[in-house]
Amino acid sequence: MAHAFLDNLPALQVVIPLLSAPLCLVLARWPRLVWTMCTLVTWTAFGIALALLQTVLAEGPVSYAMGGWAAPWGIEYRIDAVNAYVALIVTGIAAVVLPYAYRSVPLYIHGERVPLFYALLMLCFTGLLGMTVTGDAFNVFVFLEISSLSMYGLISQGRDRRSLTASFQYLVMGTIGGTFVLIGIGFLYVLTGTLNMADLAARLPDVTQVRTLHTAFAFIVVGIGLKLAMFPLHLWLPNAYAYAPSTATVFIASTATKVAVYILLRFVYTIMGPALFSEGIPYGQIAIVLAVMGLLTGSFVAIFQQNIKRMLAYSSIAQIGYILLGIGFASVLGLQAALLHLFNHALMKGALFMAVGCFVYRLGSMSIEDMAGVGRRMPWTFAAFVMGGLSLIGVPLTVGFVSKWYLVLAALQKGYWPLAVLILIGSLLAVVYIWRVVETAWFAKPSLRAAEVREAPLAMLIPTWILVLANIYFGVNTTMTVGVADLAARTLMESMR
Amino acid sequence: MTVLHLYNYEIAIFLAMVGFYVVVSRGNLVKKVAGLSMFQTSVFILYISMGVVDGGTVPILVEGMTHYSNPVPHVLILTAIVVGVATTAVALSLIIRIKEAYGTVEEDEIHEQDKSF
Repeated sequence: MAHAFLDNLPALQVVIPLLSAPLCLVLARWPRLVWTMCTLVTWTAFGIALALLQTVLAEGPVSYAMGGWAAPWGIEYRIDAVNAYVALIVTGIAAVVLPYAYRSVPLYIHGERVPLFYALLMLCFTGLLGMTVTGDAFNVFVFLEISSLSMYGLISQGRDRRSLTASFQYLVMGTIGGTFVLIGIGFLYVLTGTLNMADLAARLPDVTQVRTLHTAFAFIVVGIGLKLAMFPLHLWLPNAYAYAPSTATVFIASTATKVAVYILLRFVYTIMGPALFSEGIPYGQIAIVLAVMGLLTGSFVAIFQQNIKRMLAYSSIAQIGYILLGIGFASVLGLQAALLHLFNHALMKGALFMAVGCFVYRLGSMSIEDMAGVGRRMPWTFAAFVMGGLSLIGVPLTVGFVSKWYLVLAALQKGYWPLAVLILIGSLLAVVYIWRVVETAWFAKPSLRAAEVREAPLAMLIPTWILVLANIYFGVNTTMTVGVADLAARTLMESMR
Repeated sequence: MTVLHLYNYEIAIFLAMVGFYVVVSRGNLVKKVAGLSMFQTSVFILYISMGVVDGGTVPILVEGMTHYSNPVPHVLILTAIVVGVATTAVALSLIIRIKEAYGTVEEDEIHEQDKSF
């Protein structure tokens, strides 16, 4: 029994959350039971991700033939250091978000509809995990759409009617992105007659129709770029993050873009890299230019936001810039920095959005003006926000410092010292927009709204602080993250040779 | 001759561009969804065309037939069709909610009300 369980871990990683979604509807009469089940499901998924990562570190990549059909014909789930690491991020965040949701969700959704929200959340979780563990290119598209469709639903549940238009806007852009990915995968299939990622990687270098390959590359990169909010394609993100319910914002902000980055890495490095990069087209430089533009505009626009969630959303666009910068370097150190920032950004943005969710829970407002003086009324939430902010800026002893350190190292290794300066400028801009909130929340005279609030409920504070402490723990003890990120970066670069 | 030989791909590209243009240029949300749907459908044609094998028959075991079309793209596109239907359904239900909240489905009128697009 235990053996059967362990053998099927890669499938269970996806199947358990998938089954829990319809169960949410079956058990809809007992919202508490639904919540308990979903929490247990995310914890189980986290356990599975940990076990898989351990297996991968000890024994190398795990391959699982779905339904017993062998690899190039059947769907293969293939887990190596890269996606075991990403699955750990996704499940880890989900495991903290669910306890937070218990008090946070009823603020946005009326009693009997709460189970429906959890069903959407579980479907989104399934989609993201599926994209992460699968080794089949078409499967990526299917799970991409599962996660996207449920995300549109989640975003539209906000209290402000603008959540509806934000969701619609994301739906239009997300569907275009998804369809672009579909076209790209179709071209790859035409070229090679296979959909298995490993098989694709082996066959693509022998392809003679290079133009089709380039077209496929363009479609896939633009399609995924829409999903991960790469600089000029980020327009959907600020409103979607700002008006979604707090729980959905925390979950989406710290997992969805991360998985999209992973898919980009997988397609660009593992699958198409060997066939494309020998030609001398400056893909890396293009990525670096886009990354720097995203980094600077995101940080700069964040400074002028009145809505605190929108401010953090623009900061997310800037942070995605950092990740893309690391990817653009196309070196082991650069990829390591990008992967580290993937993990670290999930932790810091998760903590920040959770703290903001606590403020919104008590204040009922997202405007920075209304937050005047609220820090003294809600010291624990405020402290969590400050810690998250420090991590975002990249102060030593927080995770933000670790990833920026590696990013600067990677830039200097390549001899791009102006980029190292730009990374520091980005940090300074982060100081400005975080300080604006700190100044208003702590030093300003309390607003009428703020004078009446009290500390956020413990059920929300504890998950927030778990993430804050994780920010510090992984900032001090970097053995695990740096080690795994290094291994993952090497795995990605290996396929390039 | 080669141009005509590939006509279904050309139709697919034409439909995709028409759909894409409608999504970008129209302010009416329902028309946007129609364009989006058209854009997705064009990809179905692209995939179905991929499966064609010259002189092949339907992929069913029949005596005397050894040459048949590739069924894999057809199966793949079934999934994509489901995704397309689901997307359209979600989009239309969002439009109903938007209509309830704003009293209009025109992008510019919604924008006038609260600068959210």
